Amino acid sequence: MMTAPSDATASTDFAAAGATGPAAPLQNAAPQIRTGSYQFDVIEEEHHDTGTMLGFWIYLMSDCLIFGVLFAVHAVLGQNYAAGPAPADLFEIEMILISTFALLLSSITYGFAVIAMQRGQKTAMLQWLAITGVFGLAFVGLTLQEFMHLWHLGATPMASAFLSSFYVLVGTHALHVTVGALWLAVLLVQLQMHGITPANTRRVLCLSLFWHFLDLIWIGVFSFVYLAGVLL
Amino acid sequence: MASSTDTHSSYAADIHPFWGKLNWNIFPFYEPVIFYTFIVVCILGTAVLAALTYYRLWGYLWREWLTSVDHKKIGIMYVILGIVMLLRGFADALLMRIQQAMAASGGEGFLNAHHYDQIFTAHGTIMIFFVAMPLVVGLMNYVMPLQIGARDVAFPFLNNFSFWLTASGAILVMISLFVGEFSTTGWLAYPPLSGAEFSPTVGMDYYLWALNIAGIGTTLSGINMIVTVVKMRAPGMTWMKLPVFTWTSLCANVLIVATFPVLSATLALLTADRYLGTNFFVSELGGNPMMYVNLIWIWGHPEVYILILPIFGVYSEIVPTFSGKRLFGYTSMVYATCVIMILSYIVWLHHFFTMGAGASVNSFFGITTMIISIPTGAKLFNWLFTMYKGRIRFTTPMLWTLGFMVTFTIGGMTGVLLAVPPADYVLHNSLFLIAHFHNAIIGGVVFGLFAALVYWFPKAFGFRLVEGWGKVSFWCWLIGFYLAFMPLYVLGLMGVTRRLSQFEDTAYAIYFNVALVGALFVAVGIVAFLIQVGVSIVKREELRDTTGDPWDGRTLEWSTSSPPPYYNFAFTPRVYELDAWDHMKRNGYGRRTEGYMPIHMPRYTATGIVISALLTVMGFALVWHIYWLALISLLASIVYGIAHTFNYDRDYYVPAREVDAVETSRTRQLNGGVTLSAAE
Amino acid sequence: MRTLSLLCAFLLLCLLPGCNLVVMDPSGDVASQQSDLIVYATILMLIVIIPVILLTLFFAFYYRASNTSASYEPDWDHSISLEIVIWSVPLAIIICLAGLTWVATHRLNPYDDLTRISATQAVDPDVEPLTIQAVAMDWKWMFLYPEQGIATVNEVAVIVDRPVEWHITSTTVMNAFYVPAMAGMIYGMPGMQTELNAVMNAPGTYDGFSANYSGAGFSHMRFDLKAVDEAGFDAWVDRVRAGGEGILDRPMFLDVEQPSIDAPVRYFERVEEGLWDRIVNLCVGEDRLCQNDMMMVDALGGGGLDGLWNRELFAGICAADDPGVILALVKPNPRLRHDETLAAAFRQALLPEARDPREGAN
Repeated sequence: MMTAPSDATASTDFAAAGATGPAAPLQNAAPQIRTGSYQFDVIEEEHHDTGTMLGFWIYLMSDCLIFGVLFAVHAVLGQNYAAGPAPADLFEIEMILISTFALLLSSITYGFAVIAMQRGQKTAMLQWLAITGVFGLAFVGLTLQEFMHLWHLGATPMASAFLSSFYVLVGTHALHVTVGALWLAVLLVQLQMHGITPANTRRVLCLSLFWHFLDLIWIGVFSFVYLAGVLL
Repeated sequence: MASSTDTHSSYAADIHPFWGKLNWNIFPFYEPVIFYTFIVVCILGTAVLAALTYYRLWGYLWREWLTSVDHKKIGIMYVILGIVMLLRGFADALLMRIQQAMAASGGEGFLNAHHYDQIFTAHGTIMIFFVAMPLVVGLMNYVMPLQIGARDVAFPFLNNFSFWLTASGAILVMISLFVGEFSTTGWLAYPPLSGAEFSPTVGMDYYLWALNIAGIGTTLSGINMIVTVVKMRAPGMTWMKLPVFTWTSLCANVLIVATFPVLSATLALLTADRYLGTNFFVSELGGNPMMYVNLIWIWGHPEVYILILPIFGVYSEIVPTFSGKRLFGYTSMVYATCVIMILSYIVWLHHFFTMGAGASVNSFFGITTMIISIPTGAKLFNWLFTMYKGRIRFTTPMLWTLGFMVTFTIGGMTGVLLAVPPADYVLHNSLFLIAHFHNAIIGGVVFGLFAALVYWFPKAFGFRLVEGWGKVSFWCWLIGFYLAFMPLYVLGLMGVTRRLSQFEDTAYAIYFNVALVGALFVAVGIVAFLIQVGVSIVKREELRDTTGDPWDGRTLEWSTSSPPPYYNFAFTPRVYELDAWDHMKRNGYGRRTEGYMPIHMPRYTATGIVISALLTVMGFALVWHIYWLALISLLASIVYGIAHTFNYDRDYYVPAREVDAVETSRTRQLNGGVTLSAAE
Repeated sequence: MRTLSLLCAFLLLCLLPGCNLVVMDPSGDVASQQSDLIVYATILMLIVIIPVILLTLFFAFYYRASNTSASYEPDWDHSISLEIVIWSVPLAIIICLAGLTWVATHRLNPYDDLTRISATQAVDPDVEPLTIQAVAMDWKWMFLYPEQGIATVNEVAVIVDRPVEWHITSTTVMNAFYVPAMAGMIYGMPGMQTELNAVMNAPGTYDGFSANYSGAGFSHMRFDLKAVDEAGFDAWVDRVRAGGEGILDRPMFLDVEQPSIDAPVRYFERVEEGLWDRIVNLCVGEDRLCQNDMMMVDALGGGGLDGLWNRELFAGICAADDPGVILALVKPNPRLRHDETLAAAFRQALLPEARDPREGAN
């Protein structure tokens, strides 16, 4: 897209013609006509480098800021138990470890799907994506189960500032994974319909960014909320 | 607890499973002001709808505007939204001025506290979110792609969607005028006042859902604009050849992407507090209201720069054009913009020096705030030395710019004054502060927006605006501004604070009355602007701009016809110098009149408006706690969005012969002949 | 020209009857230092502001298109020396202003004890500052005098030339305590205590009010501050005691706390022991858990799952001075070693300081 003006001196008959310049030069101004002439129009067909990946990446950064705010809120409120339960009273770190592995594995299987896509192996790709989705749903299911368990104990988001920020941070992440899984399902149908087209490739790569991003956020949640909560 | 004094909270009590909080008592027509407004709105609305039906414009409107993904049309729609909301926001301002003038003269005034509190909250919210933002975003939308030689923005559909999300927020705010009430907590809604305990009514919920929805739209628009600048510049347009307006737009959009998520998250947490009973911002179970104040200002201060930076860019286009000179100090202008962008992030605490932070923290934020005045001052000097040894033409845009340079300097000075923490202790929350930020926002942003509207109007519509009414508008605004806000500086020094609807001291009366006269001058200024547009439409044939370059401009948008064809450029321009169009004109640029190629363009789509309409319904339903409707509209919008992704046929090629036809008519127009609209 | 006429207009406005620029002409030493600071900073900035405005008008006039005798250089767009000037002049001024800011902000820190009573008079080290506790409510002000043991609503008296240490809080929403003639404002917030040190130098009755919007009755949330001499103050205290409604105890406080607009002045001749601590910790009501108790339990690792159902176990102790009470109630936490538990308890013994907003959020 960005061409350095190395061809600035390339002269064409066309630019030299220059008869129909639309605006009258400013009064009193003596415009300096420089030596050498320029090719002012791009005549060859443009090569569109779509900005989708860049745009999606910027979106992820804005999303990252939302998580940043939620992490900051948790840093401020995370020890305000309101004379109620602390992380050590609530978290079952073994279950969290299982769901963490589910999510990490889903990132790896997504990676395999992308490799398959680049090799043009549609069936393998669809299978890997399906496995990714299953892992993702397993993760969401485990999170839901944890929430239900805590709710059952009476540790609701209303019970203390710590629990409010815990539910909202973990819940926002789980909501993202749910959206990702829904997107994955839609993509599976679209890949089935149209195959590995450029448009679908772009979508798969965007979702891949999204998925790995959520993995990264989860590592933050796992260490900052769960591990730090239980161990510190 | 505090709600017992709230006389209108009766309907907040019980929630019907089907109707939510809706019932027959929610229409606030017992307030005469609202009742008459409602009647006027009904009459005008019916007239507009009837006219659209009579002239059979619904189809045209739907096909050519509402579903359009053309950045120029979206830009124009943003500007129209901004101007409509300006009328509402200014009406609020006028009511406040009248109330304070009456109350200070020894009466009660005509507004009760509950109504007055809604008015100042609505005024602030509307002016920032639904006047200044749409106008600035609309301007960037229209001008920036043209300036970089692009045919549209990077994500045209997303652009349409962003606009409709913003409009959706504006619609919710407008509905609150007649159905229920608006928030009474001030435009930034500090908890605990904005929490469920002290603001149990739907007003706060209107505020939250309107801003939640509009905020997402703004973030998406910011992403779109950044990618557009990064990826879609014409060949040869390297970073240091970017027009200054594009530079400042880029920086503003980086700020949007870097701050609006913070706003969304913060408002979402407040929403959770209100709807779910979480404890983020109430102290009882460990929450922290000071955290809200910090978070909201981490967004709020950069927001000011999101508004002013593109407007600095506008001035940087107008001053060189009407001085007939290159911009002085382009490089330092660019660096100054970037420095302001970064610094605007580390000053937020100056909005609450009085909240009890220590002396070192306060000094740090005070000093970072002052440092911003250095690049800002450099910018002012740059415009000054652009005028130096120029040939200044006093057109309306230039008048606005000069008015800005004098007024904004004063506003900047009082701003630095407020950045000194001990001075802020006595001036914080006073009318001095009100005068300061209106001085910066009216003298900076609003003057610049009017300058920009007059400057780019011929580009957008093919004819200039008449100068006479423009000058009337300018002088009324300028005089009105000084009359309205200089007394407020004095009142601030007299120890009068903001948001008061009653006064015990009649010594303030004279100042409030002068301020009211000032507001009336501004009202004349706004009317004069509308007349200016009206008169110009009537006289459009004599004001026709056939050249595409009515001001002898310097940047690429002036190389197109006025208005530009929907594909903007038949041939993408190749750029060699800063001020590309000026360079082209000086180097014998000739318009190519043959060899057209098919042009790749996006298709229009109704998805943006449909999803936004569904989300508006969802917002309304959530405000009134009609959960079934909220759920249905949310699901419907998701399903519609997914269905949209199944449409792979989103773009097409404009055939070469169609380009040829448009460009040939443009050639005829340039050759002095027939005036044909080049667009469509 | 326009600036000049503006300035004139500004001055004219001030000559109008009733123009009392209390912020610029206050009666307390802190506020006068703050107003001096406004003047110095303004003068410093005018060094660059006035030339900019004059140059703008002059350039606009002189380089008008019709003045063909003025020189015209369309391509002149750069000058290193000029750029140095336009960056360094504002920089130099901001450096001066930054120095002034740093010094003044530290000198006028509202939390620090006063070092002088006026420009000519230092603080007498033997005189203790008068302590007044200010409570913002919906929509009135209550003042507690721990030294005198009295309380008032919407009226407060101080002694001329004796420093006053204001402790400020709120029972409902954010407010700001502001007496323009005395000193700058400080927010009062629920569950928190802020502080303001100030002094009045001239007798009189001054306006005080909330400077941060707090809801429907905000416009009327005003009080009179009477600055009187020592004898006058004693007489005022006697008047409060004589005309008092009785003891300000917890039920009475809850009654006063009910929202009211434009509330009349009220006096109370005695105040229940420990009431202020309960106000600051949001536990005047019997059923409320005190904020300081709650934070202490939290610092010891929380109250466990039982705490969800047994908050009342900790309620109403208000044990700021005796952390042992709380320690005994919280079940021994197996994760904490003994010395760590003690250390945590010791930290919490310093709770009022730790809750000071100066130390950061919370």
